[in-house]
Amino acid sequence: MIAGLAERLRRELGPGRVITDRQELRTYECDGLAHHKVVPALAVLAQSTAQVAATVRACAEAGVPFVARGSGTGLSGGALPHADGVLIVTAQMRDILDISPADERAVVQPGVINLQLTRATTPAGYYYAPDPSSQQICSIGGNVAENSGGAHCLKYGFTVNHVTGLEVVTPDGSVTRLGGRALDPPGYDLIGAFVGSEGTLGVATEVTVKLTRLPETVRTLLAAFHGVDQAGAATSAIIAAGVVPAAIEMMDALAIEAAEAAVACGYPPGAGAVLIVELDGPAAEVAAQFDEVVALCEGSGAFEIQIAADDSQRALFWKGRKSAFAAVGRISPDYIVQDGVIPRTALPEVLRRIDELATSNGVRVANVFHAGDGNLHPLVLFDDAVPGEAERAETTSGAIIDLCIEYGGSITGEHGVGADKAKYMPRMFGDDDLDTMQLLRCAFDPAGLANPGKIYPTPRLCGERPGRHTAGDTANRDGAEVF
Amino acid sequence: MTALDELTRPAGDDDVVGGVPARLVAAPRDTAEASALLAATQDLTVVIRGAGTKLDWGPPPRALDLIIDTRHLAGVVEHAAGDLITIVRAGTPLGSLDLGEQLLALDGPAGATVGGTVATATSGPRRLHYGGVRDLLIGITVVRADGKVAKAGGKVVKNVAGYDLGKLYTGSYGTLGLITECAFRLHPRPQHALFVRAVAPPAEAARIRAAAIAPTAVEIDSATGELAVLIEGTPDGVRERADLLAKLLNADISDKSPEWWGADPWAPGGIGVKLSVPLSAVPTLAAGPDAVRGSAGTGVLYAAAAGITEVERLRAACVRLGGHAVVLTAPPDVRDILDMWGPTPGLPLMRRIKDQFDPGHRFAPGRFVGGI
Ligand SMILES: Cc1cc2nc3c(=O)[nH]c(=O)nc-3n(C[C@H](O)[C@H](O)[C@H](O)COP(=O)(O)OP(=O)(O)OC[C@H]3O[C@@H](n4cnc5c(N)ncnc54)[C@H](O)[C@@H]3O)c2cc1C
Repeated sequence: MIAGLAERLRRELGPGRVITDRQELRTYECDGLAHHKVVPALAVLAQSTAQVAATVRACAEAGVPFVARGSGTGLSGGALPHADGVLIVTAQMRDILDISPADERAVVQPGVINLQLTRATTPAGYYYAPDPSSQQICSIGGNVAENSGGAHCLKYGFTVNHVTGLEVVTPDGSVTRLGGRALDPPGYDLIGAFVGSEGTLGVATEVTVKLTRLPETVRTLLAAFHGVDQAGAATSAIIAAGVVPAAIEMMDALAIEAAEAAVACGYPPGAGAVLIVELDGPAAEVAAQFDEVVALCEGSGAFEIQIAADDSQRALFWKGRKSAFAAVGRISPDYIVQDGVIPRTALPEVLRRIDELATSNGVRVANVFHAGDGNLHPLVLFDDAVPGEAERAETTSGAIIDLCIEYGGSITGEHGVGADKAKYMPRMFGDDDLDTMQLLRCAFDPAGLANPGKIYPTPRLCGERPGRHTAGDTANRDGAEVF
Repeated sequence: MTALDELTRPAGDDDVVGGVPARLVAAPRDTAEASALLAATQDLTVVIRGAGTKLDWGPPPRALDLIIDTRHLAGVVEHAAGDLITIVRAGTPLGSLDLGEQLLALDGPAGATVGGTVATATSGPRRLHYGGVRDLLIGITVVRADGKVAKAGGKVVKNVAGYDLGKLYTGSYGTLGLITECAFRLHPRPQHALFVRAVAPPAEAARIRAAAIAPTAVEIDSATGELAVLIEGTPDGVRERADLLAKLLNADISDKSPEWWGADPWAPGGIGVKLSVPLSAVPTLAAGPDAVRGSAGTGVLYAAAAGITEVERLRAACVRLGGHAVVLTAPPDVRDILDMWGPTPGLPLMRRIKDQFDPGHRFAPGRFVGGI
């Protein structure tokens, strides 16, 4: 079957687009979550919407599953290939099609790298606000699929708040355009439904995004505390004062140690926790609020506060934070990046309990997180060479997710459910919740070919429809609705 | 199964939607009761009614057995001030919310219910800064056509676990199920606010954007030729930004909004149209023969149309400019011959969604796009 499909795709897409060589296919065996590996049966390097559509159509007709892949930086195994399926790589669709400051919109192909868009729009006084730490390498298509956030989404929102138009190849292979530059297209909010659907509703082939005006002023401080409790208290105090910073990021002692070892970011020695607080906006506003934030940090026990004097010092503050995941590799041979959310006010308590978990399981946990919105990224450190450590790390990481649920939070704030966390979905949602979500999937993809096995632990059979089907039926005279 | 007459009462003279009288009315007191009601009435067509402020929006239902009134599904379930979130029952009037120093930044008539505001996705001037319903809603509880209760999202602002069904229910006009609870992100109430008001062409909005003063709202009213900007923040900051802008636009500063601010431009019983266009097209739209009012910052505006000719003219203009025009409300004679929703890209997908969520088409049949 795959051989026939490969032949058809070679014919339709032309030379160089279809990969069947097993060695070449290995390049795509995993995303950023490297311990899940599956070699796809076939990969397609798409260069246009038409090529994506032709591929999906061929998959639909052959009943073969397909998985979209952007840059492959996802951390939940979302782009993990299907062994008997086609991997559709959109990384080569990387043209910025239009930048319109007058409309405050840009139109891009899905393979465009997040930071490239910001770089391209800065000369006109704009930027693309969602800024995942991976922004130098991740694609806008991947951002759309994951509803990615970043340090600055505390103030500016996530990908979904910045997408106003999509061109989508739906799982039957047809091309649908949704929205555009104007807001509020009539009908259901299909853009809202598609963003964050992790490649399970189709492939995004063009994205229209909002551009955000560059703020007049940006001011950033780095506050050092003796411990995470104080830093957590400072965060709460800032929010309680009615300040909405662009970002509040926290790192604990172990994360600081790793960052220092990796990038020598120069954080104050002896800090048990640091906060990076950034305010942006009109100079007149930022000035007053910045003084207030400094006072609140001091009041919560900050023993040193550094204020970025210029862009390069600001970049240094951020360098430590943004490199934290990789930096942990300096102090531990292996680690798990966890992503969970708790109500911000539960922060000190949850951090204490994570500490207890780590101690009782005999592993170390470094904490890096978006403190402003309670999005934790505990990094569970272990050495795979030590028998049993990997299991204990896995147990700890899973227990942290249970903590997030216990405190009313979420099993993922930005990395997505993917292949990795599907098993946790029933802990956060009931059967009826998951069933209802999958009604949406059935509407887009009744055959279940788009990225199967991701998000939902148990796929819903789309044929079955609960309840009696009588109420409005007689009124559908035009026959447009099919049951 | 609970007996039907325990859950419903016979409809009265006022229990009419778009001229279509209902047979029965029910006002469930909580999600569980709503679930039992919908499970017990699966062969009845339903229209959901909040405060009724927008019940005349959209085409009339093709059939109507039962009105579900949300008035008893009211009250705040949780307000976690430190987490800047609240969970509110759907029947709660917007104007009754007391969130202290915090703000649920939904613009709408004070009487409108939370559920009705979500179901119609209404937005007002402050959307520019705070976002619309879709941006503020973080979790939702709904009762499906078969009575099953489903939740999506949660009560933390950052959350990507599972499909965000709240987005789908936002603006669904009651065609996918009954919304019983909504969780929202909140904002701190601004310390100070001022309006900068000028008689100025709408094209000036571009200069306001370039000035980087981060306005909360930029509204125009083409009938009066006025442009007004809302600035919020700290007292000193607001004053300074307002001064700057007033100089730029040769404008006045006031602590009061203009009378037309956020008000529907149509008279009760008239034709009300919602327009959305790309930002660069707002001046063109405003220079047209029909008076428009709304946001030059988001490109969402409103108009009163005198008749079908005007509606068609407005719609043609919006579509040509890359946008949309939806007739929100119109008198019955106009409604009957008018396509209120207009062209709807993605309609086949929407039909499939409707078929999945409401296979019997019991919720508000005919009220939505393409006869959904
Ligand atoms: C060091 C590091 C830091 C990170 N920091 C952050 C962070 O701060 N915030 C954050 O949110 N994430 C972060 N991530 C995670 C990751 O970068 C994001 O999820 C990113 O959006 C993935 O983009 P990608 O192009 O790599 O997508 P991929 O990994 O290739 O794919 C991700 C998912 O999107 C789907 N997909 C890809 N392209 C399309 C398309 N065109 N249409 C439909 N579906 C598609 C795939 O099927 C898959 O399910 C980080 C990752 C790393 C490695």
